Amino acid sequence: MTTIRIGAGAGFSGDRIEPAVDLAERGELDFLVFECLAERTIALAQLARIDDPAKGYDPLLARRLSSVLPACRRGGVRIVTNMGAANPLAAADLAGRLARRLGLTGLRIAAVTGDDVVDAVRGGAWRVEETGQPVAALGDALISANAYLGAGPIVAALDQGADIVITGRVADPALFLAPAIHSFGWAMDDWRRLGCGTLAGHLLECSAQITGGYFADPGYKDPPDLARLGFPIGEIDADGGLAITKLAGTGGEVTEHTCKEQLLYEVHDPSAYLQPDVVADFSGVSIVPDGRDRVRISGGSGRPRSGLLKVSLGLLDGWIGEGQISYAGPGAVERGRLAARIVEERLELLGIACEERRAELIGVDAILGPAAAAPVPREVRMRFAGRTETAAAAAAIGAEVEALYLCGPSGGGGVSRSTRRIVAMVSTLIPEDLAAPQIHMTEV
Amino acid sequence: MRLREIAHARTGDKGNVSNISVIAYRVEDYPRIAAAVTAERVRGCFPGLTIGEIVRYELPGLGAINFVLYGALGGGVTRSLALDAHGKCLGASVLDLEIAET
Repeated sequence: MTTIRIGAGAGFSGDRIEPAVDLAERGELDFLVFECLAERTIALAQLARIDDPAKGYDPLLARRLSSVLPACRRGGVRIVTNMGAANPLAAADLAGRLARRLGLTGLRIAAVTGDDVVDAVRGGAWRVEETGQPVAALGDALISANAYLGAGPIVAALDQGADIVITGRVADPALFLAPAIHSFGWAMDDWRRLGCGTLAGHLLECSAQITGGYFADPGYKDPPDLARLGFPIGEIDADGGLAITKLAGTGGEVTEHTCKEQLLYEVHDPSAYLQPDVVADFSGVSIVPDGRDRVRISGGSGRPRSGLLKVSLGLLDGWIGEGQISYAGPGAVERGRLAARIVEERLELLGIACEERRAELIGVDAILGPAAAAPVPREVRMRFAGRTETAAAAAAIGAEVEALYLCGPSGGGGVSRSTRRIVAMVSTLIPEDLAAPQIHMTEV
Repeated sequence: MRLREIAHARTGDKGNVSNISVIAYRVEDYPRIAAAVTAERVRGCFPGLTIGEIVRYELPGLGAINFVLYGALGGGVTRSLALDAHGKCLGASVLDLEIAET
C-alpha cells in the first residue's frame, strides 16, 4: 500500500452525524476515525458506569456506528474510535449487536482496555501536576484515572484483522497514527515517521476545525456553506507525507489558513508535542496549497518518547449553581448590577456559602472582565454563578435569581437556572509499564 | 491599523492553559507582526482577566506566533465558573491590537 486515506468522522462527542456517513459512502476511505472523548467526558462516563455497570460508553455510539456500518462494510472501511470511554467492552458488545441487527456478518470487533489505572495510582505518590500533592492526598474524591495510551494496542488490533477498534482513553492523534503504523509497518522507534503520523492525527482529530469550522469571521474569512461542512480526509504515504482534503460538493474549505490554525490548536511548544509514542516536532512543518480544497503538509518530525504516560484524574469537586436574568432599555446595566447585589445579599442572609462566586453582565463583562470604558448596551443578561459544597446550596443560587422576577429590579425577564455536579480533571505522569493494554476480539 | 487586517487567530485550551495562535494571512507580513505582537501586548489585551506567565513561540516558516497563557482559564474548563470556560472567545481580542501601517 502506498497511500492510505483516513477520514475523521467526529471531533467531539456532540459532533454532527451526516458528514461521517458521506465520508463512509463516497470517501474511498481505508479508515474512518471517530474521536469523541474530551478531557472530562471519561470521568462523566465513569460516573455513568458506577450508576449502571452496562453503561459508561459514548451515548451516541449506537447512532454513529449504525449510520456508517453498512457503507463501511461494503467499502472495506475499518473503524477506529475512542467511543468506548469508560467501558470499551460494553461498547464492543453493543457494536456487535448493532452489526447483527443490520444483517452484517464476519465483522471482527476489538475492544482495547487497560487505560483505567485507578487501582494502580490510588494511594500512590505520583505528583499531581496542578497541585503538587501526591495522588494519595486526593482520597475518596478520586473517581477515575485514565492513562493516555499510545497507538500500540490499536495497531495490534488492526494487525489481528479488526474491522472496528473501540478504545477508552488513548492519545487522540494515536487514533490516526495507529492505522498508518499498521498499514506501512513503521517501527515504533522510527521517530520521524511517528512524528509525521502524529502530525496527521493532530490535524484530523478535530474534524471540521480543519475544513472551515471554528474559522469563519465574516468579511475576513468566509468559508462557504457551513451548514453542510464536509469532514476532512487525510492521505498519508509510507514516508509520512500528508495531504488534507475533503469531499467535493461539501461545505467549508481546506486552505493553508485552516491548516495553520489547526496545526497550532491546543499546542504549547510546537517543537515538543508530547505523546505516548513520540515527542512530535511541528516546528519545521511546511503547508502548501495543492489545488482546490487540498493542502500538502510536510516537515513533521519527532524524537524518542519520554516513557511516561499522562493520566487524567477525575475528582468530585462540589457543585456549580447558576442563574441568569435579562434587563433591557434605559438603565439595563444599572438594574442588572442591582440584581447581582440583591442575589449576593440574599445568599448571605440564607447562609449559603460559596467557595467561589461571580456575578457579571453578559454583553458587558462576562467574558473579558471589567473594562475601563465600554459602550452602553440596549440589553444585558445578569449571570450569577457559584461553586458550593452541596447540591442544595447550588440550587439556592438559581432559586434566588428566579425570585428576582417578583422581588428584584423592574423589568427582569427570561430566567434560566442550572445546578451541576463538578467533576474536576487534574493530571499526573506515570511510567508507561504501569498501564497494561489488552485487546479483546469478538467476531459477529 | 488593526492586527485583524493582516492576521487571523485561533484559541485552544488544555486544563488551565489557553493558547492563542496569531497567523499572518501573507507570510510577508510576518516580520512586522513578530516585531509588534509581544507577550506583554497580548497580556494588555486582557486587562480584566487574571493570567499567569505568557510564553511566546515563533514559527517564521508558517508566518505564525503561538502564545501560551498559563493559569488563564479560572482553574480549567472542568471547574471554572466562567461563561466561556474553554476561553475560546479570547483570541479575537488579540486581533484588535493596533499595529503600524507599514
